[in-house]
Amino acid sequence: MAENNRAVVKLKERYADALLEYKEHRGEVTVIVKKESVLEVLKFLRDDLRYNFLSDLTAVDYLGQEPRFMVVYNLLSIPNKDRIRVKAPVTEADCSIESATALWNSANWLEREAFDLFGIDFKNHPNLVRILMTDDWVGHPLRKDYPLQGPDREPYKGRLS
Amino acid sequence: MASEIMTLNMGPQHPSTHGVLRLVVELDGEVIQKITPHIGYLHRGVEKLAEHRTYHQALPLTDRMDYLAPMHNNLGYVLAVEKLLGLDVPERAKLVRVIMAELTRLKSHLVWIACHALDIGAMTVFLYAFREREMVMDLYEMVSGARMTSNYFRVGGLSRELPAGFEQKVQEIVDTFPGHFDTYEGLLTKNTIWLQRTIGNGVISAEDAIDYGISGPALRGSGVDFDLRRDLPYSGYEDFDFKVPVGENCDTFDRYKVRLVEMREAVKIIDQALKRLKPGPILADAPQVCYPPKDSVYNSIEGLIHHFKIASEGFPVPEGEVYMAVENPKGELGYYIVSDGGNMPYRMRVRPPSFVNLSAIEKMAKGSMLADLVAVIGTLDIVLGEIDR
Repeated sequence: MAENNRAVVKLKERYADALLEYKEHRGEVTVIVKKESVLEVLKFLRDDLRYNFLSDLTAVDYLGQEPRFMVVYNLLSIPNKDRIRVKAPVTEADCSIESATALWNSANWLEREAFDLFGIDFKNHPNLVRILMTDDWVGHPLRKDYPLQGPDREPYKGRLS
Repeated sequence: MASEIMTLNMGPQHPSTHGVLRLVVELDGEVIQKITPHIGYLHRGVEKLAEHRTYHQALPLTDRMDYLAPMHNNLGYVLAVEKLLGLDVPERAKLVRVIMAELTRLKSHLVWIACHALDIGAMTVFLYAFREREMVMDLYEMVSGARMTSNYFRVGGLSRELPAGFEQKVQEIVDTFPGHFDTYEGLLTKNTIWLQRTIGNGVISAEDAIDYGISGPALRGSGVDFDLRRDLPYSGYEDFDFKVPVGENCDTFDRYKVRLVEMREAVKIIDQALKRLKPGPILADAPQVCYPPKDSVYNSIEGLIHHFKIASEGFPVPEGEVYMAVENPKGELGYYIVSDGGNMPYRMRVRPPSFVNLSAIEKMAKGSMLADLVAVIGTLDIVLGEIDR
């Protein structure tokens, strides 16, 4: 269970205020933390609990829910051979979060991609420009309200079937 | 004389950039000061497309990413969906998946050694390696009907039984490939030009490699003893006996040695899997997820309805999220799939190993000569289809 996970136990002790939720699904532990504390929590996980490898950084758009976005960090501990997922909610009104480039250089391109495709502003990022789309592109393609067929088509109105 | 920085545009149609990679290189004389990669020329929006397809329909999108290792892309995807479903796969399907995955590793590494050597001026290896790669391609064609876009695995198992004569063909590879690897080593390992171009080139320390998120052979070449197949096993890899090679000097030559040993180990894994391969079911007993056997589709109305239902509606996946990573020939290929309980992924994120590895290129090549940049691109073993997705 998630309560017994080594990271969850420590995070409950140290970051009780920042920890919004924790759960386990299919053997994978996810913790949701406030976005103001996410860097602090990631630093603690990296330095004290040896989750030293940022496998992946991405975002999910939960259109219609509040907060709309989740920034997702998939961490890997190479010495302990286990994973943890950290998520931080980001609202549409204040669509920004602190950049993790201060902790991992691998966050650089991954954050650029999340910025490019979701329009999330990563504060203090050294070079936050589009990476996959062209520089003059308008809109953020992976947002749920961005039409699949292209910007001048009907917007997303729910599932096709 | 006043020194002046020259800006050189390398690519996107440069043969040594392995696809449509464009590097804007700032040079002081011949020494690299800054590299600005420009990517995205092949962006097809795979992640967006997957959100509008059922789980079965999203599968063919995956093998078009890393087109040098298509079955590994399929494998990561089907494992992620199976993990979301909590579905267990029959033993035979697991073994066949391992065999195909390791053949794919050989195929991908053969392209790597061929192009890497060609880039640095050793053309002979290219011709040999592509000859051997053709043997693996033939097997691809045998099992799936396609040489590259295989789409052979299915959620729950495999799309069809192995064709007759497959095992003999694989045995042939197991028997002959170690000899071929000796040939490559004979051509390269003591080749003075090869040594001069690779030793001390593209050095990145273990700490930096982890910091930059480098994974796969490039990470192990920097001395980090980590392999997902051994340390976080999937698809039955825990039952196989294989060595994980690790480099010491963190340079291009060590990464070359690591990949060569990996190829030899891949052959050993294939050999073990082949010996354990027994007849049995190739699809999980989960009619709500898997396609029915073709025989029942053609000869019974129930089978036809079943097929139609799976093909048109797909299957619902319980709400949840998983991150499933496999050891792709390039590194950690991860699938992060979020399901909202529907029949299509709510979000499918692909963690592309080449993308993250490429982000370290400036760190690896800064301060070296322009010609050495070609060796660094080769040693990173990038594939643009997967970087751009």
